Amino acid sequence: MGGFDASRDRSWTDKRMERFIGNLLRGGVMASAFLVVIGAVVYLARHGDAPADYRAFRSEPADLRSVGGIFREALALRGRGIIQLGLLLLIATPVARVAFSIFGFAEEHDRLYVIVACLVLLILAGSLIGSAWPM
Amino acid sequence: MNMLEFSLIVAAGSVVAGFLGALTGLGGGVVLVPMLTLVLGVDVRYAIGASLVSVIATSSGAAAAYVKEGITNIRIGMFLEIATTLGALAGATLATHISSSAISIVFGAVLIVSAFLSWKRPSRNQRDTEPDPLATKLRLNGSFREGDGIRSYNVRHVPLGWGLMFGAGTLSGLLGIGSGAMKVLAMDQAMKIPFKVSTTTSNFMIGVTAAASAGIYLSRGYIDPGLSMPVMLGVLAGSLLGTRILVKADPGWLRRVFSLVIVALGIEMLYKGISGRI
Repeated sequence: MGGFDASRDRSWTDKRMERFIGNLLRGGVMASAFLVVIGAVVYLARHGDAPADYRAFRSEPADLRSVGGIFREALALRGRGIIQLGLLLLIATPVARVAFSIFGFAEEHDRLYVIVACLVLLILAGSLIGSAWPM
Repeated sequence: MNMLEFSLIVAAGSVVAGFLGALTGLGGGVVLVPMLTLVLGVDVRYAIGASLVSVIATSSGAAAAYVKEGITNIRIGMFLEIATTLGALAGATLATHISSSAISIVFGAVLIVSAFLSWKRPSRNQRDTEPDPLATKLRLNGSFREGDGIRSYNVRHVPLGWGLMFGAGTLSGLLGIGSGAMKVLAMDQAMKIPFKVSTTTSNFMIGVTAAASAGIYLSRGYIDPGLSMPVMLGVLAGSLLGTRILVKADPGWLRRVFSLVIVALGIEMLYKGISGRI
């Protein structure tokens, strides 16, 4: 088996995976914050004097509740759409981390954790897809 | 109040919430939701939606730094994320079915318990535990660099920890918080994982846990861009500031003062919830 070499190899790929995950998370948060700032400028420039009212819950318009709608709103350069796209990117960041870990564990031939990571990704996908059909 | 003024006030409050959340390790959500609902009169559902978004931002930002230090145990995190994400789905689904008052009551109770827990921590018992067969099979045992040497540790009570993590996930999905205090409790106290590993791994898991309920929040219209924007940016800035200060000093007195504030907010949330004024 060459246990020593294998564990050495594993710790090396673990390090690489840690570095990549760190950069992925940082990049995702920064890109999302950037989009949110842009959206905020657009939104407040146009609607900054609108009254703020969050006292009663009215839910959001359909276009700000689905992935397709958010892209449409953002491409139309509406401030709220751009902010929402930034938030969507933020939500996708940890999901991307899980998806990447699958490859990381596969490279280490760690079958057990490939399955674990797939399971987590499946649950996350279930949440996002399941929510596409509002109950 | 117009949107510009509202955004500035919310952003300022969020900076404070993120700052205190990072210093105490409780996270921004626990101050943020009471502040938005009690002070600014925001509906609880919008408040937990915005809070959940900020939780993903701060935990991912902090995890980026921690992961590179190599203290975070990615396997423990990944394995327990099965429990937290399932719990988060249950919690977020529950949140869409119960009233604002009920959410507020649970929130109040969780605040008081969290404050109590933050008084007690950290537990610094040196433990040399026997390897647990299940943990060994799952390859959860690990090691990290401490000072000049490498410190190895064994993980215990995997099923109990898993169950507690499901509970932490449920609270996260129900209340839009990271529920880091409960995650740390499960790892540090139940699974006997070293405190440093517990806190960084807990933080690592928070983003994924929150992402599981975020899909449901988004489709239910809990995530409002106008409110989430100042909250996310403010909490992120505040927590970065808090983490920077935390590296220099451990302000124990601030943690104590903050615990008292949390208890007061918890009582207020309980009262508002029970009297149906929320």
